[in-house]
Amino acid sequence: MSKKKEIDDRFKRFGTVSFTSVTKVNDFIDQLDQGKVMGNRCVECGMVFFPPRADCYKCLASNMEWFEIKGTGKLVTYSKLKFAPVGFEDDLPYSIAVVDFGDCKIFGRIASDIPDEDVQIGMAMKTAANKLPSGQLNYVFTKA
Amino acid sequence: MDRVAIIGVGQSAFVRGYPGSIRELAFEGFKEALEDAKISVSDIGASIVCSAPEYDKQRSPSGVFAEYLGLTPQPTFYLESLCSSTSMGLRMAYSLVKSGLHDVVAVLGFQKMSEISSAESQERMGRGADIQWESPFGTMMPAYYAMFAKAHMEKYGTTLEDMALVRVKSATYGQVNEKALFRKPVALESFSDPEHFMSGPVSSPLRVGDCCANADGSSCLIVASEEKARSFSQKPVWILGLGAASASVNMSGRDIFTGLAVARQAGEQAYKMAGIEPKDVDVAEVHDCFTISEILAYEDLGFAEPGEGKDLIKGKETYREGSIPVNVDGGLLSKGHPIGATGGSQIRTIVLELRGEAGEMQVKDPKIGLVHNIGGVGLYGTVSILGRE
Ligand SMILES: [Zn+2]
Repeated sequence: MSKKKEIDDRFKRFGTVSFTSVTKVNDFIDQLDQGKVMGNRCVECGMVFFPPRADCYKCLASNMEWFEIKGTGKLVTYSKLKFAPVGFEDDLPYSIAVVDFGDCKIFGRIASDIPDEDVQIGMAMKTAANKLPSGQLNYVFTKA
Repeated sequence: MDRVAIIGVGQSAFVRGYPGSIRELAFEGFKEALEDAKISVSDIGASIVCSAPEYDKQRSPSGVFAEYLGLTPQPTFYLESLCSSTSMGLRMAYSLVKSGLHDVVAVLGFQKMSEISSAESQERMGRGADIQWESPFGTMMPAYYAMFAKAHMEKYGTTLEDMALVRVKSATYGQVNEKALFRKPVALESFSDPEHFMSGPVSSPLRVGDCCANADGSSCLIVASEEKARSFSQKPVWILGLGAASASVNMSGRDIFTGLAVARQAGEQAYKMAGIEPKDVDVAEVHDCFTISEILAYEDLGFAEPGEGKDLIKGKETYREGSIPVNVDGGLLSKGHPIGATGGSQIRTIVLELRGEAGEMQVKDPKIGLVHNIGGVGLYGTVSILGRE
């Protein structure tokens, strides 16, 4: 009897509903589980990537190293949703945003405990790993 | 003798709950275009079928349409770039004709969206964004464009009222476009009335009235070589310039949120190819999937300086009698937005305007028209410039 081949589907844990399960950057999920939000960098040419990726389009190498997103970025823009796509209704209301960290920009959600009146374009924010009640993982932007 | 013309245009009415299948829907736009061009199905050398996938049970609709419309055994294929599918289809038809491979090509756009709920539709359209890294956060088209609205308001002082004025203009012309889904006037006050559905929040700062609606519809363009255009058509409309561009799908890869880079790039290419400047455009159709999108388009296309798009709408310069009439057919906001059919409908309006056949939507004696059609959240952008003799 041959053993069934194990499928590395860790990415299905990303976000409220993940639409991807298998990717070469699945280690992102373990790192998120350990509280770290990671981007990666091409070892050959130094290109920095967020979201992280397996392959560098600049030099065509597939040799990447992880780095942790640290420090503070600036809120570029955001929107608060009052209506959600199927599967996200229970999360409402929530805000999506883009934060600029200089080396890279990151798309994600604003932490739900920040009052609306405190959210301003240009404000300093950090990125934090976040565990959802369902056990799924994502990351959120918090006040710096 | 190597110009390329549009010799026939057609579209179905844009509706909710079209009472027929997608092949029957496609027939409506096709029939109108063929009758407009005064050609028969055997004159068509190839067909390009355009839509956004995910809405249909049918895989590979081009084969089904070719059979139903009598377009076999000519080659047919499917092309998609989300909401800009048909104008990308025009680009492909142009190249097929220009290369000499075919002398008459049909571009068929369609979408039947109303069989699924609005929330399901948002989920499907949301998957036109980055499904690996963005969709798990619960994204949808209005929320993405809302981020552009927020950034534009912050940087340039554009207001909710400026955006509402775009919808008011749209409704002015939706009333006279018999193909439009929404044919009622919209009062500016409805946006400040909390009881009115127009003011209902969708994704801040966008309200219900700022968003276009799903619809079912089809459109068709007949594209021909100069020789065929001369023999078939009394009023060919010439393709003077075509531009197209793409951008990072993930918002993290975008440099600007106060405009769409793809529209600027596609516009520059199209103006250069046509040898004209923004001030030479007499009538335009822009992709107003949201009210803010039309204001961004004014600026991205050079009708206004960055940040000054709001002044065009406030000064009614984009009304039919203004200096640069925009979306005088009601735009996506009033016509509805059957994704794959939208670009063809925009092009149809400009062709009718240039031929002087736009009826109550007619602007005075236009010579050059422009179509701006965007796929996704500024993911794909096309600008097409058309002109008469
Ligand atoms: Zn590299």
